[in-house]
Amino acid sequence: MSSHTPVAKRRGGGSAAAGNTGRPPVAWALPGILFFAVFAVVPLAIAVCLSFCRWDGLDSPTLTGLDNWTRLFQDKEFGQAAWLSLLLTTVSWAFQTPVALLLGVWAAGRQRSRAFLSAVFFVPLLLSTTAIAMLFHALLDPNFGVIRTIGPWLGIDPDVMGSSTGALLVVAFVGGWQFMPFHTLIYQGGARQIPEVLHQAAAIDGAGMVRQFFHITLPQLRHTITTSSVLMVVGSLTYFDTVLIMTKGGPGTDTTILPYLMYRTGFQTYDLGYAAAIATALVVVATGISLVMVRFSGFGAMRSTREGM
Amino acid sequence: MVMTGLLAGCGSGAGGSDGGTITAYVYGDDAVKVQQAAVDAFNKTSEVKVKLVSVPGTDYVNKLRSAMGSPGAPDVFFNWGGGSIKPYVDSGKLVDLTSTVGKDPVLKEGFLPSVMTAGSLDGKIYGVPMRGMQPVMLFYNKALFEEHGLQAPRTWEDLQKAVTTFKAAGITPFALGGSDKWPELMWMEYLLDRIGGPEVFRKIQDGDTDGWGDPAVLETARTVVELVDDGAFGTNFNSVDYGNGGAPTLLNKGKAAMHLMGSWEYSTQLGKAPEFAKKDLGWTAFPTVAGGVGDAANVVGNPTNYWSVNARTKHKDTAVAFLKTMASTAYAQSLVDNGDVPTTSNAASMLSGSPNPQFAADQYAMVQKAPSFTLSWDQALEARYATPLLTEISKLFAGKSTPEQFVAAMKAAR
Repeated sequence: MSSHTPVAKRRGGGSAAAGNTGRPPVAWALPGILFFAVFAVVPLAIAVCLSFCRWDGLDSPTLTGLDNWTRLFQDKEFGQAAWLSLLLTTVSWAFQTPVALLLGVWAAGRQRSRAFLSAVFFVPLLLSTTAIAMLFHALLDPNFGVIRTIGPWLGIDPDVMGSSTGALLVVAFVGGWQFMPFHTLIYQGGARQIPEVLHQAAAIDGAGMVRQFFHITLPQLRHTITTSSVLMVVGSLTYFDTVLIMTKGGPGTDTTILPYLMYRTGFQTYDLGYAAAIATALVVVATGISLVMVRFSGFGAMRSTREGM
Repeated sequence: MVMTGLLAGCGSGAGGSDGGTITAYVYGDDAVKVQQAAVDAFNKTSEVKVKLVSVPGTDYVNKLRSAMGSPGAPDVFFNWGGGSIKPYVDSGKLVDLTSTVGKDPVLKEGFLPSVMTAGSLDGKIYGVPMRGMQPVMLFYNKALFEEHGLQAPRTWEDLQKAVTTFKAAGITPFALGGSDKWPELMWMEYLLDRIGGPEVFRKIQDGDTDGWGDPAVLETARTVVELVDDGAFGTNFNSVDYGNGGAPTLLNKGKAAMHLMGSWEYSTQLGKAPEFAKKDLGWTAFPTVAGGVGDAANVVGNPTNYWSVNARTKHKDTAVAFLKTMASTAYAQSLVDNGDVPTTSNAASMLSGSPNPQFAADQYAMVQKAPSFTLSWDQALEARYATPLLTEISKLFAGKSTPEQFVAAMKAAR
């Protein structure tokens, strides 16, 4: 039983050399599969079924066929919400990725203050979204918040939450503030995987910090970028709590993104069938976007970043 | 999300009734202590105990809805009467209390008839009044009015003069928690009542969405836009809220001169700024509107809140016995002590014991004399109309839609 020797184990269980013997039988995955089925697949299936029904949450649902779906494609509010969701996702991605990437690469280094500062950066990750949203809501109160004092210095209108663009940017910013540490962590891990020899070789060839970053670090991190981006996009598409607490979809409907529209339809208007249609549409869009991202980034091919070594 | 709601609903079985208890859901705010005291007193003598569940205010409607669709439904629950209970009545989930009330002198004569009527649907009684009356009133900062030589506005001209004066002095004329949406609704309710009379909304409430096409609705929406454009609510009301204390603080800090709000504003101010509430907080009725046909004595707001009984309760007798305690002098007295004005017939004589007898007496008189008391629109209408209504009003105030678009959107609401 050579595959059970410590040596074989160290070479990696999944490799062809170890054969199937090292791989756990499917039965081991059963608890996981069951859990996933009960808490993800079944609810999703119920939501899809509900999207063909009319249900007020009290009586039994009644089948209405494609009613909700035809309504969905004619609903201006849904169109607006979908557009706002995409806008929020794009803004969040464009804002979070560069900062998280730079911070992550920096945190992977060996500076003296690194450990301490990294710990400080990760604080937002430990707070609940509700706490963060309420905190920023208080800071951004146009009459009594800090924004009233420091806003004019920074050239920000204290009524930032009262304007359409302002409110959306605030939501994107607060989300970024909260989740950036998480993505920084991913990039830190990614950056630490880059073999030291690559940088050493480049340094010998006379490449400076900036060139090393663009020619070694960035290309080596491309899979990390995909992972982080997919998480970010899916996260932004399902962004909800901050909107509920900070803007309630307003002013008007200018921050009514898809998840909030679904909440309002389902849990304020009690039109649960239509809300299920919105939810299903959201799942389809989010899955579609992540598949596209994975495909076009070459992530699916699972090529090693260590090629050329 | 949908499933989360379903699961949460099923999971809240702990809130349901078991052998010797009945569960009562109540809107969780400061007044809960009055209901808790009533429950404690009731439990001392009752075989079957009442368990009071205080649900935080913002979650109340949702929690109730998911609970009522699940096996863990409460036996007795707080509501606003009217449209707020219509779905439950339609699906046969509530006990029709008409004959119970009719046969029981305590319940029958215990409450003001108009308030009892306001909680009924199609002439059938589904609720027993359980909290104070909550008319919407115009609150103002007396110190600011004195400083600028103004009287509380009684007519539209007075109001416009006050707006101009305060704007010139750099003070926001009206505090408005626009972020919460429902404070904006109060302006619509009063303006429509003053411009077109209470009949216009009554028609809408009775299920005729064409009622939104009444010229008075358009006029109301136009008046709102005029006020907004005129700066009557200041420049940043869209990001001010009521719930977190934004708007009340504007009033008690003298940054805003007036605040159109439910009568609970008095206790809110008493809690946030006791000095201001005692010394400088003034109140008056909503002014007349030029050219309007509505009676200036009409009131909008919440006549009161009600307890309704779940048809599936195992202890209906206990539930009814508990509801009867709501008509007792002791209960009315503890409401008065809390600063509320009870809707019980015996309330008038107790008001002198209120924390502010003048405020209580004025409020009582206001409701007593009102030819019409319109229930807040978001409670009078079913959720499927009320939610789009709040959204459309928010768009109107935020300048995202015109008065014409508002009317069109409301007529089209399904």
